[in-house]
Amino acid sequence: MRADIILSGVGGQGILSIAAVIGEAAVHQNLYMKQAEVHGMSQRGGDVQSNLRISDQPIYSDLIAKGKANLILSLEPMEALRYLPYLAPNGWMVTNSTPLINITNYPDAEALQKALDAVPNKIVFDVDTIAKEVGSTRVSNMVMLGAATPFLGIAYEEIENGIKRIFERKGPDIVSLNLKALAAGKRIADESIQI
Amino acid sequence: MLLLGDEAIAQAALDAGLSGVYAYPGTPSTEITEYIQSSPKSRTDNIHCKWSANEKTAMEAALGMSFAGKRALVCMKHVGVNVAADAFMNAAVTGVVGGLVFVAADDPSMHSSQNEQDSRFFGQFALIPILEPSNQQEAYDMVYEGFEFSERCGVPVMLRITTRLAHSRSGVKCRPEMPQNKLRFSDNPRQFVLLPANARLQYQKLLAAQIHFLKYSEESAYNNYFDGADKSRGIIASGIAYNYLMENYPEGCPFPVLKIGQYPLPEKQLHKMAVECKELVVLEEGYPLIEDALKGVLGIGLKVRGRKDGFLPRAGEFNPDIVGKAFGFEIPETQPVPEVVKMRPPSLCVGCGHRDMYEALNEAIASKADESKVFSDIGCYTLGYLPPFSAIDTCVDMGASITMAKGASDAGLKYPVAVIGDSTFTHSGMTSLLDAINEDSPITVIISDNETTGMTGGQDSAGTGKLEAICLGLGVDPAHLHVLIPLKKNHDEMVRVIRDEMDYPGTSVIIPRRECIQTIGKKKKLV
Repeated sequence: MRADIILSGVGGQGILSIAAVIGEAAVHQNLYMKQAEVHGMSQRGGDVQSNLRISDQPIYSDLIAKGKANLILSLEPMEALRYLPYLAPNGWMVTNSTPLINITNYPDAEALQKALDAVPNKIVFDVDTIAKEVGSTRVSNMVMLGAATPFLGIAYEEIENGIKRIFERKGPDIVSLNLKALAAGKRIADESIQI
Repeated sequence: MLLLGDEAIAQAALDAGLSGVYAYPGTPSTEITEYIQSSPKSRTDNIHCKWSANEKTAMEAALGMSFAGKRALVCMKHVGVNVAADAFMNAAVTGVVGGLVFVAADDPSMHSSQNEQDSRFFGQFALIPILEPSNQQEAYDMVYEGFEFSERCGVPVMLRITTRLAHSRSGVKCRPEMPQNKLRFSDNPRQFVLLPANARLQYQKLLAAQIHFLKYSEESAYNNYFDGADKSRGIIASGIAYNYLMENYPEGCPFPVLKIGQYPLPEKQLHKMAVECKELVVLEEGYPLIEDALKGVLGIGLKVRGRKDGFLPRAGEFNPDIVGKAFGFEIPETQPVPEVVKMRPPSLCVGCGHRDMYEALNEAIASKADESKVFSDIGCYTLGYLPPFSAIDTCVDMGASITMAKGASDAGLKYPVAVIGDSTFTHSGMTSLLDAINEDSPITVIISDNETTGMTGGQDSAGTGKLEAICLGLGVDPAHLHVLIPLKKNHDEMVRVIRDEMDYPGTSVIIPRRECIQTIGKKKKLV
């Protein structure tokens, strides 16, 4: 078993909260894991990414080689496209469709859409809309994670258990809200994959 | 436990009977101290973990703790080693009583730094052993054993890490907790008194110890010789560079590999490889330290490949692709980055007080643009270089804003303005300001005070609540010391004050003060 995942977004969006759940699930299953994070200057609204590698064999490099990522999981559409050189030919891109525009030369909607359309295996959806339906935009990241669960190489139940352990301290309501968000994301993925 | 490299170092120190950590925040070293601060053990066992004013005070305090027999950890980013260098170099001459582990966190590729200097040179310069982990578990083990090793060697031991290890998370197995050392002093009264007569003795001791340090390296479990059938090449890989090599040879490397994790360089193993292999390839993150050592100036005889002959790039951190390409592996053509993807540089947060400060400064300076320059410093406000502000002309090192402004003033620049943050000011700006005041240099110093160390994530700032007192104490004329609140509604007042003080032919200080919006946000979350 091996999964090489690139998590991306804009500093402050909280990609590391997604990584924390996947990491928790991986370690609980006694898998090897390495997760390279970006700290420091870029966290101030710049592009950020995390290389997350999971395997049942020891892992050497903290970084993923070009063309080897099974999954790009992004909280921002332009940031998903930034890492395409790392995506394996049969890899998947799962991304939020809503742009975060904090630069003056952000691409126009049409050009962005065209670039997204050109990616063969993808799930693109407005994560905040789904999160609101579930109950709060605060669980957007768990909706995003839910949509990526078919590509993680870890059983869905194990991701659920990861959420339970991580949010346990915050009480049963928070746990169930996050689980609902995960399930809502998973439904989006299931629908997209069928099409 | 799933730990960042930085956290693994901190956990190892806690488990190894640490009595105190001393540090100034700096990417990628910050999380070591933060982890200790947030551990319950630091409170129950009274482990010192407050931030120091700068890296030099941190190093000195750590040496004081070691003097008193206890185990101390001191952490900093690579450029912080420059600040600590005086104390660091001499600590190798005094030696230690309690174990002292010195963590230098290098930043190849300059993710968050002004240069990519290689701290191994400092370790070598000080003539002390250096440990260089290739993964988080090794980082843990090296620190756990490092204190005892330091006590055995009688000198501080350097742990050299790089950004990628510091900020990557992996599973780490912990070892049994050790108790702290008891208070104990050296039985040699000359050891810590570096008068020339004593220093010469201590230095001879340090020189005599080199042969032992070499032996420890040659016998170290962190220097491993893995034989390979193909002797056309021998590979020497240090620290995490080893990982990128092995990533490219998942079935095992066909060439002999010497994995380096401890210095001085293990001569015995290097000799063996040089005799057995046709050519040597050196993979090392940072400067070509090993490569230079093997090649020498003349480069006679041995063929050594590395960063200096174009086999690998001279600058920047490695990754699996760079190393793979050097070894002749084909890197697959993958999808390019679509053209629509634009650079997204970091920027000052919306609502940040530095923004209001720069808006006022830019307006105040506009009419004097030809005769003024803005000397800035290290921190969030360095982002004032970028549009829409494009407000600063320099950023060099901690504290340089004020002293460079003074030097330019000495040279005849009419309106030099220095912009420095509160934490950077107390780190290294106070002595700069004293120099300016002593000559009443006509410079305008803006201490943009957000009451925290912002860029590294909001650590306590040593001067919070004390800046006016510090400035007055240094001799700033009270009539030319102003405190303002950087808000839109105060814009006109700020412009006027900055303009007036630029016209004043002496040293003036303006302190725009408003708390960092990130730290406000964090406090709200905690409530």
